[in-house]
Amino acid sequence: MDSRGRGTHDIGGLAGAPIELSEHEAAFWEKRVDAILMLLVGEPRRLISVDELRRGIEQLGAGAYERLSYYERWIASITTLLLEKGVITVDELGRKIAEVEGRGA
Amino acid sequence: MADRGHDHVHASPVDEDSPHSYHQTLEVAVRELLIEKGVIDADEVRAAVEEMDARTPARGARVVARAWTDPDFRARLLADAPAACRELDIDVSPAQLTVTENTEDVHNVIVCTLCSCYPRPLLGLPPSWYKSASYRSRAVREPRAVLQEFGLDLPETVAVRVHDSTADLRYIVLPQRPEGTDTFSEDDLAALVTRDCLIGVAVPRVTRTVAEPASP
Repeated sequence: MDSRGRGTHDIGGLAGAPIELSEHEAAFWEKRVDAILMLLVGEPRRLISVDELRRGIEQLGAGAYERLSYYERWIASITTLLLEKGVITVDELGRKIAEVEGRGA
Repeated sequence: MADRGHDHVHASPVDEDSPHSYHQTLEVAVRELLIEKGVIDADEVRAAVEEMDARTPARGARVVARAWTDPDFRARLLADAPAACRELDIDVSPAQLTVTENTEDVHNVIVCTLCSCYPRPLLGLPPSWYKSASYRSRAVREPRAVLQEFGLDLPETVAVRVHDSTADLRYIVLPQRPEGTDTFSEDDLAALVTRDCLIGVAVPRVTRTVAEPASP
């Protein structure tokens, strides 16, 4: 909650800047984030729900919420939820991130 | 549409050869872990991305064109949109879908103030501006001013209704059929219905390129 008594995501009705009419086509990695979510949400897995994804995004905190791009928020929330649910562990994730970074992609 | 603006800062197209940001690395790591654990497999991810690319606003336009040409379908669509869409082999699950109909007196607009809920089965992925803080905050505060930024200037006599979507309930706009389209085929009509018409930030216009092939 901020001084307005709202969560960071709760912006309906606030004043804002003119709308930037951009038509950004999602990048491959962003589509994959989307795909991962759809697979985890849908049948037969139902490992996480869309509401949980949104809760995870809302809990990023004001700084991260505003700094991260749309699908960056998604993958951050998906990761948190998978850790919470024990689908992956912090150790596994740490090792895998180091491995991916080590590929020098 | 494509020349309206530049990609925002996070939007540069990225392929596997580009340097990975932290979150791109995180995507690779999470995806590979899920695949290694047998939670998902790589083919499913590929198929899901292909399915995503196959969902375009043409689906929503097909639904609208059918509603314009078939009054019984229109009635079914307004009463139970998921069932009516299934008639056209379009599955809108799992979220509920409500169709909001524009009339002489009412113009509808959709938004998701809390995040980015969008009728994806009918329109595909939402455009960047739909997810932007400006659209989300202002659409419910000053919808007429927002519509003007999209080039839509509605008379004061037309009420503007803004529908705030949720994870479980999505909306789509059924625009008014434009004048002068009596001879149009269903396909010709569908070609008039752009994504922005289905969000409610535009209305269908008869353009020369569509009108010409429609003449007998």
